[in-house]
Amino acid sequence: MSKPVVIVGASMGGLRAAEALRRFGYTGAITAIGDETWAPYNRPPLSKEVLAGDSVSHETVAFPMREATADVGWVLGNRVVSADLEHSTVTTQDGEVFEYSHLIIATGLRPKKQVYPNNIHAGRHIIRTLDDAMGLRQALQPGQRVVVLGAGFIGCETAATARKLGCDVTIVAPGSVPMRRPLGDELAGELQRRQEAEGVKFLMKRTVTDLIGESHITAVALDDGSELACDVFIEAIGSLPNTEFLDGNDIDITDGLLCDGNLHAVKLSGGSWSNVWGVGDVVRFPNSRYDNVARRVEHWNIPSECAKYVGSAIATGETAEAFRPLPSFWSDQFDVHILAYGLLAIADSNKLVQGSLDGDCVFEYYREGELVGAAGIGLRSVVMGYRKTFEG
Amino acid sequence: MIKINVDMTKCQHYGMCVFEAPDVFKLNEDDKLEYTATAEDSERSNVEAAIDVCPMQAIFIVD
Repeated sequence: MSKPVVIVGASMGGLRAAEALRRFGYTGAITAIGDETWAPYNRPPLSKEVLAGDSVSHETVAFPMREATADVGWVLGNRVVSADLEHSTVTTQDGEVFEYSHLIIATGLRPKKQVYPNNIHAGRHIIRTLDDAMGLRQALQPGQRVVVLGAGFIGCETAATARKLGCDVTIVAPGSVPMRRPLGDELAGELQRRQEAEGVKFLMKRTVTDLIGESHITAVALDDGSELACDVFIEAIGSLPNTEFLDGNDIDITDGLLCDGNLHAVKLSGGSWSNVWGVGDVVRFPNSRYDNVARRVEHWNIPSECAKYVGSAIATGETAEAFRPLPSFWSDQFDVHILAYGLLAIADSNKLVQGSLDGDCVFEYYREGELVGAAGIGLRSVVMGYRKTFEG
Repeated sequence: MIKINVDMTKCQHYGMCVFEAPDVFKLNEDDKLEYTATAEDSERSNVEAAIDVCPMQAIFIVD
């Protein structure tokens, strides 16, 4: 029997890769190994609708499993700890060795955590996994004083949800406005105003220097010498790629898994591995739609786009066209629903092109005068028009 | 025939589904989602693609 395709990472990217392999005609064995005990589930609601509900359960976020992938061997609750790309094997923490014909790396990210002088843990939360959300949901009781460190999308969404649940919420972040990158000062500033109108407080250009409390957090110390009372401390300061298991191989994992324009893992010694592929937000890849700079793109549609490309490439043996996805993201904060297409993060300027800032509006994003993205609050048909333009 | 159901309490009218299955899903003049409750079997793969890309995971095929 031929060796299976092994997928490391059993989240959305892993599931979509398995589905794509079948859809494009691969009939051999597939093994998917993931460190969480849960079958693949959808992460975005964990900072939004699901966190806002009465309880958080796997059922509410589980992806539907299809007949085509019923025979995938799921190895859950087991972490891959090492890989030997020369001999085409990966090894789990239990010591089990899996040989592969093709290896798909879809291990994703984990939240960064600060290390404080008083590095206590009770009252501290991150948000990435279902287990994280379950723990946080229990803590978000009305009247609790919540401090969110970080004003990116996950921080702002989580803050909005905590506020809706009746918590007293403050966002602390070093930047000048929340979500400045990728949205730009004007739209980001408006989103801050809308959050503030709902009662979320912002301490921008500030950071947390220490935690205060003996067994449980009671306050956080800020860099201006002040203290902020705190029962629930949420760290939302970005993510780190899960690539440690690849240490020691001829591979570039300096900032995520470096892949070429066909999503093959790049060798440090030159060239790339023809049977090692990257999928999802763990991958740093060039996108010829914009330039040849390899970037990590932490948008929800990227794992699925990678998976489609890699599944097709393995099943058909074809990689004629380079991988050049159109990034897209959305965000829900209170009754504000943002939708964007393109790579806003590389823009050097933006302008309001429709609507007004205090209502529904659309912004265009430019790099050196060239349109690279668009984002809107409401005005869906207009924003969808940009997708058609970008996809040509 | 397949039967399609969208949980309108979840749907935020992002319109991703429209790109995958334009014969089933559309945004109306008010930018709100409208969809046909049934479709030919040949639409199944398009509707499954729409299910996959829905940010709210609000679309279901009722078998």
